[in-house]
Amino acid sequence: MVNNAFIFMFASLGLTLFSFVLDKKKTLKGLKKGFFMFKNIFVPFVNILILISLVLYLVPVEIISNYLGPDSGPTGLLSAALVGSITLIPGFISYPIAASLISQGASYTVVATFMTTLMMVGVVTFPLEAKYFGRRVALVRNILNFFAAIVIGLVVGWLM
Amino acid sequence: MNKKIESSKKYVWLAMYLAATAISFAAGFEPGKIAYTNFSEYFIEMISFIPFLFIIIGLFDVWFPKEKIEAHIGRQSGITGIIVVILLAMLQAGPLYGAFPVAYILYTKGASARNIFIYLGAFSSLKIPMLGIEIGYLGLKFTLVRTLVSLPLFIAIGFLMEWYLRDKKFAVNKV
Repeated sequence: MVNNAFIFMFASLGLTLFSFVLDKKKTLKGLKKGFFMFKNIFVPFVNILILISLVLYLVPVEIISNYLGPDSGPTGLLSAALVGSITLIPGFISYPIAASLISQGASYTVVATFMTTLMMVGVVTFPLEAKYFGRRVALVRNILNFFAAIVIGLVVGWLM
Repeated sequence: MNKKIESSKKYVWLAMYLAATAISFAAGFEPGKIAYTNFSEYFIEMISFIPFLFIIIGLFDVWFPKEKIEAHIGRQSGITGIIVVILLAMLQAGPLYGAFPVAYILYTKGASARNIFIYLGAFSSLKIPMLGIEIGYLGLKFTLVRTLVSLPLFIAIGFLMEWYLRDKKFAVNKV
């Protein structure tokens, strides 16, 4: 994690300098934009970190590694895919959840499947999607993406 | 006045948590202390890279405005069309349902069904801001592996949807 933080620090510093040399005004505008985006997510993000820290205190590591770990098999995979399809968690919030699940013993397969269904399959948003594309097309898209997410999870888990 | 209440509402949860933590420490309540230790680790982890990530995102936004790419989108076919929709998707942010209105715009500009579904796939998992957060939390290797495994599957889904719709009338409706 420390290494990652340094990558982001150096990259952002380098890019800011580079951008500043090219165009001062654009750079200031970009920094401002970035700051306001950060300001908008800050409190919701901190709230989620609070929630994760409470849930992980209450749920013992053994439960997570039993149900979502490498030995959880098809049950773990399927439950991750179903939960990911049904829940509507904003992307930036799902990453700290995923990281803490992995640190508590969940497998990469389960986490990658969960993340992918979360992003690509939307049960709650299905009525809206059906308005845009029609019921049948929206249904086919969601089913295809559900199976693609399981394939992605299995391959990612195998490669990690 | 209403606005003030609205904007202070989002701090309620945070304030309650801080109060509960203060009480836990004052009263020596162990679970509260442990939860706080966990929280402070997560908080330091977050604050050590997310602000820098947003600097990168903000700069990206002014140098590569998505409107510019949107203007070039249309009936391109083959590889060019696929690359253009994927690039456009990578510059977006937000949840999948935010991609449907853009799919409608793509449709009115003459994009094929295949490219519209490739766009949705790329939108859901290749957005640059999200990739940044993913690298920070799950590592570069996980992010690269997931992205490279997902990409061919999204493109395949685009082709499958095109095949499924070959003798049907496909339209994206304005909502």
